Amino acid sequence: MMKQFGYNSLKSRTIDYKNINTTLISYIIKNEPSFSSCISCGSCTATCSAANLTFFNIRRLNIQIRLGEFENIRQEIDKCMLCGKCLLVCPRGINTRNVIMLIKKGLVTFNLVE
Amino acid sequence: MNDLFIIAPFTIGLIILLGILIGKYVVWTIQLSQIDKLRILHGFFTVRTLRAIREIFWESLLHRNIWKTNPLLGYMHMSFALGWLLLIIVGHIEAYMQASSLSVSPWIPIFFRYFEHEHFYGARFFAHTMDVLLLYVLSGVVLAYGKRINSKLFGIKRTTKLKPKDRISLIALWSIFPLRLFAESATAALHGNGGFLTSGIVFRYLQVTPNIEYTLWVLYSCSLAIFFITLPFTRYMHIPTEVYYIFLKEYGIKLKKQFNSYSKIQVYSCSRCGICIDACQMHHAQISNNQSVYILKNIRDENLTDRKLYNCLLCGRCEDACPVNINLNDLRISQRIKSSKEYNSSYDFLEYSITEKADVVYFAGCMTHLTPGIKKSILTVLDTAGVNYLFLDKDKGACCGRPLMQAGQIEAAKKLIAYNRQQILESGAHTLLVSCPICYKVFRDDYELGQIDIRHHSEYFLELLHNQKITIRNTQKSIVYHDPCELGRGCKVYEQPRELLQSIGTLKKVKHEKVESLCCSGSLGDLSLSMVERNKIKEQTLEVLLKPNPDILATSCPLCKKTFVKGVDIQVKDIAELVAENIQSN
Repeated sequence: MMKQFGYNSLKSRTIDYKNINTTLISYIIKNEPSFSSCISCGSCTATCSAANLTFFNIRRLNIQIRLGEFENIRQEIDKCMLCGKCLLVCPRGINTRNVIMLIKKGLVTFNLVE
Repeated sequence: MNDLFIIAPFTIGLIILLGILIGKYVVWTIQLSQIDKLRILHGFFTVRTLRAIREIFWESLLHRNIWKTNPLLGYMHMSFALGWLLLIIVGHIEAYMQASSLSVSPWIPIFFRYFEHEHFYGARFFAHTMDVLLLYVLSGVVLAYGKRINSKLFGIKRTTKLKPKDRISLIALWSIFPLRLFAESATAALHGNGGFLTSGIVFRYLQVTPNIEYTLWVLYSCSLAIFFITLPFTRYMHIPTEVYYIFLKEYGIKLKKQFNSYSKIQVYSCSRCGICIDACQMHHAQISNNQSVYILKNIRDENLTDRKLYNCLLCGRCEDACPVNINLNDLRISQRIKSSKEYNSSYDFLEYSITEKADVVYFAGCMTHLTPGIKKSILTVLDTAGVNYLFLDKDKGACCGRPLMQAGQIEAAKKLIAYNRQQILESGAHTLLVSCPICYKVFRDDYELGQIDIRHHSEYFLELLHNQKITIRNTQKSIVYHDPCELGRGCKVYEQPRELLQSIGTLKKVKHEKVESLCCSGSLGDLSLSMVERNKIKEQTLEVLLKPNPDILATSCPLCKKTFVKGVDIQVKDIAELVAENIQSN
């Protein structure tokens, strides 16, 4: 209806919930169920060794995983040093390191990126 | 009667066994790296060979390490190994004596009583000696039966389940010696050539016919054959493999990061005795499928899953308990390397900056940054002692690489190592001070820092104390010290932290300490364990540590501290904090 009033929506800014590729998020939740209890508090990102040096952001990764933006994820996930600080500060006890490993594995196993 | 049916099964079995074994040894040896082959060549005509033979005598025959676990279990294994070997040796001597020559058909000593009824010089002596040895082995067999009924008597709470082919082999092994007893007794009853055991006890009241005697000997031969043929395909393969492994170990061959032929030899040296199962703390979290013995079995059968592989604290307790000295942690990591080799990593964001010059480089590491109290304490002590130091990762530090190493991502770890290494070397320091055992381990093992002394803060502070750079006040409080896995079993640093703590308070002993110490459960080696499961393991560890009712629970690892602090009422302190609190300014 908005279009009738001259509004437009850019394809790149649209979230099309029907066409989201859920392969990765399903794979992660299946193997690390604790991931679904994330409250996006950002403690992980606040303490992260890699985030101290770059824009690496686990909280944002969480959103990108759910939206299936694999190319972004791949570039970002390479920066993780697996040091485990996020694991220790997470108030929900999420096994973040396993999530990282599962993302890495999922990207390779399901051929989600070129 | 036809002797062929007695000789044939044994001979065929032995030929098949030797054929397979030689084949395997040759393939394994060819697959070793060039350097390792040279090591064998260089070591062969040296004292190392003698040392290997001595160790084989102690471990493969007497089973010294199993004796340490449980004397009854040790006796059982020793009676089988040593008893059987002596039976073979004395049997051969007996056959040579009887024939007065060394050219005897190879099966004669095995079925000696069946073939030789004639008396010869020393016949009585040999008959009795052989009976003593047989009785010795049989006592082991009886214990083996008993162990299947009640393994707790042997100090084993949990044990491995047998696969069907193992069961066949086991039954064959168990029947060899009773059948030998029956066969020899039958012959003794007919021909009167037995010793104190075989002449009478079994067939005193039973009428023996040559048919019965013949059948028993055939059965004895068949049980030998079944055991020989099944041996290479079952867990009994550990018997010949372990001997070979001991030689290679003595020649200085070390386990590499990547899984190779030597790793395979280690995998096959596992006897699946299950001693590692009891050492593993995972059972407190009701996890009973990921212990080293199962992992090695999965490696052999090539059906290892990631869930099992990554579910291990890498605390090294199993490695310490293993009677065969298999490098269980590194073997597991080599499998992780294999499993994660396609994963990417990129640390281009790490910028090389010009490092300042200093005498001592302090590397705090991620975990120390997460526990600011420890970081502050270290700096306080360094300042008080007047050390000229550089805080390397003060603001923008990278990880040391050990967590990646533990997760098997060796290529990624190497990038971090290269980055940190260059910075440390550029500083021109003579000492690298580390306040986290996780970092300490990787600095020692993988950094190749040359002349630079690498010190954990517990070692370094003790040196400062000895050199009278600092003085510490004694608080008279009672302290229990928890050995971090990476510092204790990982780097063998047990005494320095204790000595340092004794200058601060009274150190109390706990049930499991030093090499037997328990893991706090916080280990980064595990990637699958949930918080709930970690807490269960932690509770068990705390129970042991808090038994003596200490005022302070001390440790020397920021991760152990962070893990414990959430579960106890008493003070949990890093050794650095205790030193800083009680330091006296000169």
